[in-house]
Amino acid sequence: MAIDWTAFTPGSALAGGAIIGFAAAMFALFNGRIAGVSGIVGGLLRPASHDTAWRAAFIAGLIAAPIVYVAFAQLPPIIIDGGYPVLVLAGLLVGIGTRYGAGCTSGHGVCGLSRASPRSLVATVVFMAAGFATVFVTRHAIGG
Amino acid sequence: MYALFAFVAGLVFGIGLLFSQMASPAKVLGFLDLAGRWDPSLAFVMVGAVCVAVIGFVLAGRRPTTLLGTPFFLPIAGEIDMRLVGGGLIFGIGWGLGGFCPGPGLVALGAGQAKAFVFVAAMLAGMLAFEGIEAARARSVTRAAQTDAPASE
Repeated sequence: MAIDWTAFTPGSALAGGAIIGFAAAMFALFNGRIAGVSGIVGGLLRPASHDTAWRAAFIAGLIAAPIVYVAFAQLPPIIIDGGYPVLVLAGLLVGIGTRYGAGCTSGHGVCGLSRASPRSLVATVVFMAAGFATVFVTRHAIGG
Repeated sequence: MYALFAFVAGLVFGIGLLFSQMASPAKVLGFLDLAGRWDPSLAFVMVGAVCVAVIGFVLAGRRPTTLLGTPFFLPIAGEIDMRLVGGGLIFGIGWGLGGFCPGPGLVALGAGQAKAFVFVAAMLAGMLAFEGIEAARARSVTRAAQTDAPASE
């Protein structure tokens, strides 16, 4: 393992993380809910969809974030190296997996770990391990 | 009012993702690539997020209702089963392939990235597939229960 010191951004990572944590804390205190993106989106796709307004509002906030961001500062780069077929496959797996696993990086990772949930800790360890393994295979085993 | 607070929470969450560069798949994949030139930034994002969020959850846990006077809908601890582990595995593989998880996908979509649009469309299709599979399973379970019923009498 070699750390990429040119790419590593500990300051903005910690500060950005704190902003994310603040949003999750606000959502818990005002809305009484877990800021889990996959659960919020997935709830809109249920056959008997309920709580449509706040779910749609949270998603609209996420989508509006870059539009508000550029009004005050230059948008940090968004680099997507994967091709379209890879992104379609990735999207399908993320969609199915987060619904079966009842959470993603925000719900299990940020909120679940903050609440010391054993379920979320297990989920986070599993999806991180799967992520590490997948990148190892695509970049080093077959892609290297 | 309730929806307005949800909008602001989503907005602030998205700004945090942008500022920490977690809305950029290349940055996320740099973290997941342990065997390459490793970028530990994502771990720092998690630490920063958890440190602040934990305060909110502790404060929330001490209150009978939310600050808006509405009830809490925080999940109670469930069991660790195959759905959780299997779902996590499938999600992790998808995350490692594209470098996107649901939140950053939506934020990058808002930034006008065509590839993020494709990712989000596929993610929604995946979530709908889950609903379809679950509905079919519920129907077959009901049928099985109905055919079993006379025998168990």
